[in-house]
Amino acid sequence: MRWLWIDCIVEYEADKRLVAIKNVSLAEDVLHDHVINGKPIMPFSLVIEGMAQTAGILVGTTSGFKEKVILAKIAKASLDSDVTAGDTLRYEAILERIDDAGASTSGIIDRRVARGDAWERIGKVELLFSHIDNNMAGTEFPKHNFVFSDNFKMILETAGLADLAE
Amino acid sequence: MSRDDIFEKIQEVLDEALGVDEDEVTPQASLTSDLGAESIDFLDIVFRLEKTFDFKISQGELFPENLTENPDWVADGNLTDAGLSMLKERMTHVDFASIEEGDRNISKIGDLITVNSLVNFVEIKLAG
Repeated sequence: MRWLWIDCIVEYEADKRLVAIKNVSLAEDVLHDHVINGKPIMPFSLVIEGMAQTAGILVGTTSGFKEKVILAKIAKASLDSDVTAGDTLRYEAILERIDDAGASTSGIIDRRVARGDAWERIGKVELLFSHIDNNMAGTEFPKHNFVFSDNFKMILETAGLADLAE
Repeated sequence: MSRDDIFEKIQEVLDEALGVDEDEVTPQASLTSDLGAESIDFLDIVFRLEKTFDFKISQGELFPENLTENPDWVADGNLTDAGLSMLKERMTHVDFASIEEGDRNISKIGDLITVNSLVNFVEIKLAG
């Protein structure tokens, strides 16, 4: 079971971009463990994880999920505002570069607050992914693709993109 | 593009990829031992060089990869004569003088990739 930090995919352009939504909820225990000045705050590391999952799926689609795509480096990450329960996050990941060894992505994070109807830009994240079967050291990994679990397939199916995982 | 122009752009690339100050990026600085680059940073640097200079870099073209897979190239953790010849032929942008007579342990090979190596590489690629 992998802990998903996105709820659904809302836009997809092959080999270019993928957009996912995350609804932040008090049902998530982690918010109760991260209360600052009385306000439950989604940890920035998990906001980045949401972008990593969005961008990771985008990278995975380019090989039909044959490659094992691992987050290797957070090149840049900035968040201008706290994220709390009731907020909705919109992750837009853009594929910048890809080759046999890995891929780089840029991404923007928009947020819509509870009772709000407008999106505001609150963050940017640049990531680097490794296709670990083509790692520079020549290290071998299990053949089974342990990165893209059934959870990811469920998200693709929900978005009507099940054929990408076949 | 002049060599100085290339060097300045590489300073920016390494600043972005490794978070180092531009004044640390001297021509002689080794990417690994002086600037703290790890293996994944090499991929980051390759992507940034491609974007900055608008050319494609094949896997293993800029940095040596998977050397240990070939027993003719590496024996007991050390680069063989054949391995060294292969690298010198494929990687004309790198100065191998220091390992020709000295320590040939493959862990030292990364240290040979200097800022100057990158400038040489870009200069060769741009020349066509």
